[in-house]
Amino acid sequence: MNQPVIAITNLTHRFGEHIAVDDLTLEVRSGEIFGFLGHNGAGKTTTIRLLNGLLTPSSGEMRVLRFNPLQDGPALRAHTGVLTETPSLDERLSAYDNLSIFADLYGVAKPEVGRRVEELLEEFELLDRAKEKVAGYSKGMKQRLAIARALLHKPELLFLDEPTAGLDPLAAQHVHDLVLRLAGRDGCTVFLCTHNLTEAERLCDRVAVLDHGRLAALGTPRELTRQFVKRLVVEVDVSEEQVGDCQELLKKHALEAHREKETLLVTLGGREAIPQLAGWLTGSGIRLYRLAAHESDLEEVYFSIHQIRESEK
Amino acid sequence: MNWRAVLAIVRKDLKVVLQNKSVILPIVIIPLVLFGVLPWMVAFAPHLVNIAGVSFNQLEELIARMPSGFQASLAGLNLNQKVIVFFLVYMLAPIFLILPLMVASVIAADSFAGERERKTLEALLYSPTTDRELFLAKLLSAWLPAVGVALVGFLMYAIMANAAGWLVMGRLFFPNLMWLVLVFWVVPAVAGLGLGVMVLVSVRAQGFQDAYQLGSVVVVPVLLLVFGQVSGIMVFSIQVVLLLGLGVWFLNGILLWLGNRTFQRGRLIARV
Repeated sequence: MNQPVIAITNLTHRFGEHIAVDDLTLEVRSGEIFGFLGHNGAGKTTTIRLLNGLLTPSSGEMRVLRFNPLQDGPALRAHTGVLTETPSLDERLSAYDNLSIFADLYGVAKPEVGRRVEELLEEFELLDRAKEKVAGYSKGMKQRLAIARALLHKPELLFLDEPTAGLDPLAAQHVHDLVLRLAGRDGCTVFLCTHNLTEAERLCDRVAVLDHGRLAALGTPRELTRQFVKRLVVEVDVSEEQVGDCQELLKKHALEAHREKETLLVTLGGREAIPQLAGWLTGSGIRLYRLAAHESDLEEVYFSIHQIRESEK
Repeated sequence: MNWRAVLAIVRKDLKVVLQNKSVILPIVIIPLVLFGVLPWMVAFAPHLVNIAGVSFNQLEELIARMPSGFQASLAGLNLNQKVIVFFLVYMLAPIFLILPLMVASVIAADSFAGERERKTLEALLYSPTTDRELFLAKLLSAWLPAVGVALVGFLMYAIMANAAGWLVMGRLFFPNLMWLVLVFWVVPAVAGLGLGVMVLVSVRAQGFQDAYQLGSVVVVPVLLLVFGQVSGIMVFSIQVVLLLGLGVWFLNGILLWLGNRTFQRGRLIARV
């Protein structure tokens, strides 16, 4: 689990004056689902292209699996699978042809091609329409077919670039289940580029946040929450007749609170303030029925990082 | 060289091309008209002349201006036979070159620029092929069908020309040695020329139609050959055809060298 499959050191890539990837350093461990977050144009796709030897970096070093992408591009790509941002399927061909041609390209053993293609078509629920032209497929079906293509040669490392962009919630859920199954069952390392923070939170063991090509944060979603989210909202339920007293008490301690139906929402400086708040309330004779902290999610982390970066400019 | 991967890309491109009516229609219609219908029109011309009572004096004058080697090839033939041989054997020779040129250009436009337009290139670039394998596969995808269609066109033309001219000639007269050199030496070179030009054009073109229109200038040299043939400036003979082939192969070498330089993953991915 701890062996790095991707090791990047001070990686920089420029397109003329524009710096797409800026001094990036990180490691991805074997078997993990690694989230690579950032807004459109943050440098996520460029990083995938660099890591697969499609682009030559302006400076820096990288090692992917056992290969140097610059020198061993074809050998490396035989062990990686890539789902590109657009499915990149030949829509004039059938699903079967799309897969069998790429099976040859990826060197799947000749006697195995037919079996492997049918196995994937069945797993991705496309077998019934395998002989139809892809042009007639729904967006979700195309995305499933593109993922199937990326898995033909059983890659050790799978790059997914915005795998659920434009999909309806059901199709997106299907893709999420697939990713979890791949990492769990097949031990495949997944490098997931996304700007969907809920998706990253649900799937990823660790995430890196990229901002204008620079690494802005790296860690597990929980670590990042602790590091970047300094404000915490707690829900406080007290008896109806004591709500006014409670608000007075909170005001006395300079705490921001507002009422939402039967519940008071109180903003604290962090989780360490929760026991103190409970002490003040019970110490003042207020009957406390419920005190629950809102779990911060990656969305809050992301916006917090963004605010920090903006204030640094 | 990973030949399995190269052939997989060729297979993919050919399957895709066969689905594109803009590509298939000219490939089918042009040979049918040029090599299926034209021989019969030429063969029918002497009869029409006899009916109308018009003479072929102008043709005699034209032949008189041709090089002596060419005149020798028509020696012993009557006027009607000269009409058949002049048009079906000599005048159509440069026009025949349009076929491999057109097929190579249209398929290459679909294979290079069309692939980018359909956004299918990126998946290929992520495959475990080298730039050279990818380039070779793309070249073969257009070159093989161009030469194949030209050979089929040649066979069809040989049958049609002999059938159409049979009444006048009374024997098999096509092909002669010059045509065999043309088909097996110049045709593959001309297919490569169409391909080489299209590779360079496709780098800058926005899509299939754009590339095809830009690349159509490659027909101009063939039109010059037709003009040279009609005017007697450069009449096809075995020596001329051998030299022509050599020149085109040399030009191909330069074009493919330039094409290979532009066909690099880093450049291609930037335009996806």
